[in-house]
Amino acid sequence: MAEYKLTTPLTDEDIEQLKAGDVVFLSGTIHSARDAAHKKLFDLLDAGKELPFELEGSAIYYVGPSPAPPGRPIGSAGPTTSYRMDTYAPRLHALGMKASIGKGKRSDEVKAAMKEHKGVYFGATGGAGALLSNSIVESTVIAFEELGPEAIRAMKVKDFPLLVINDCHGGELYVKPKLDTAE
Amino acid sequence: MREIQAADVVEAVAQMCMKGNTELPQDVRRKFEQAMAEETSPAAKEVLRQLLENADLSLETKLPLCQDCGLAVFYVEVGDDCKVVGGNLRELINEGVRKGYADGYLRKSACDPLTRANTGDGTPAIIHFDMVPGDRLKIAYMAKGGGAENMSRVTMLAPAQGWEGIKKFVVNRVAEAGPNPCPPTVIGIGVGGTFEHAAKIAKKSLLRTLDDTHPDPKIAALEKELEEALNGLGIGPMGLGGKTTVLGVKITMEPCHLASLPLAVNVQCHSQRHEEVVL
Repeated sequence: MAEYKLTTPLTDEDIEQLKAGDVVFLSGTIHSARDAAHKKLFDLLDAGKELPFELEGSAIYYVGPSPAPPGRPIGSAGPTTSYRMDTYAPRLHALGMKASIGKGKRSDEVKAAMKEHKGVYFGATGGAGALLSNSIVESTVIAFEELGPEAIRAMKVKDFPLLVINDCHGGELYVKPKLDTAE
Repeated sequence: MREIQAADVVEAVAQMCMKGNTELPQDVRRKFEQAMAEETSPAAKEVLRQLLENADLSLETKLPLCQDCGLAVFYVEVGDDCKVVGGNLRELINEGVRKGYADGYLRKSACDPLTRANTGDGTPAIIHFDMVPGDRLKIAYMAKGGGAENMSRVTMLAPAQGWEGIKKFVVNRVAEAGPNPCPPTVIGIGVGGTFEHAAKIAKKSLLRTLDDTHPDPKIAALEKELEEALNGLGIGPMGLGGKTTVLGVKITMEPCHLASLPLAVNVQCHSQRHEEVVL
């Protein structure tokens, strides 16, 4: 398992070298978006309008942070479960999104889109929200403020610790449950 | 009749919300440390290391352990010989949630099911009341995150399916959930009662500490059997493989209709956040 330091925007070359199990420390700007924000992004796309951020080379973090207490850029900010965004991810990959960050399994459609468009799915440790917030140095709401925790934020990250769960070559890190052993 | 002041209820609830979201329970911490010693895979060890570091950081900074501070769930036992004065108990608990989630900078996750509009203050809480003998008011709080809750299921088995059917359903559910609910999870199981009661007792089981043993040795043995079966799945911390898929299995069993075998599996994430206060 290799270790990489990558910076957004991500390129095809960045993505192609990654294999499931690799550790990545990501820096640059990533954008938060989860359930309701994705729906609104799709409404904009369907209406032919501009999105609030550039998709090309982007990394979307499935997160709804807790409120920032005084003196900190953000509250707790760990990943939410990704499958709820599976219906949206293939189209976003086709439009230039390079990476999504979350936890939990992805659908076959998302995995196929990552193969086709050179995308990657990163896992961050679920429930380690306080720890992960230390890698977020700045956070600004840039769209859909009315969604509260679900608003889209531009987050400046420094060495955000990630694991490659699904790579663009069809590799996957999650283990298959051993049902035979269990029964 | 013993009197309990409204303000004491509000304050106790607010404190539980804040403490519950920022302090990893000691029994969970001990399980993490034990699991770290037993795991051989570097990925499993690294996840557990991060969770322990996260817990230390939460204590120090008062940032919540997880950004998902849950829907606030309460199991309340009201003694026959006590009375809350100065307000309605349900309203006071909701007031405590509003205060705790605001003062603690906790994420408010309650929303309309269809419009998805956030209620803005973390309420309404889910509150289960029970009348018990005595003059005490016991309030147990649980922060129930969405990721783990979504992996939970209720089913109605046929009586003939018995324990084997229960075991099979639970094992398949945990296998299917895989990495999604933030393993290692705690599995609360309700067997018996009715459709809704099974779910209620499954969740209530999660209020028990991890290192207690069920007082009924037969049920304690079933809990152990299931725990071993689930850890045999090899899902491991965050689904990256390993020996620790669950931290514990807690079963509550109650009588049911002679035609029924209700079963509920309530999945709780690794931080198993809960608090209890007796007034």
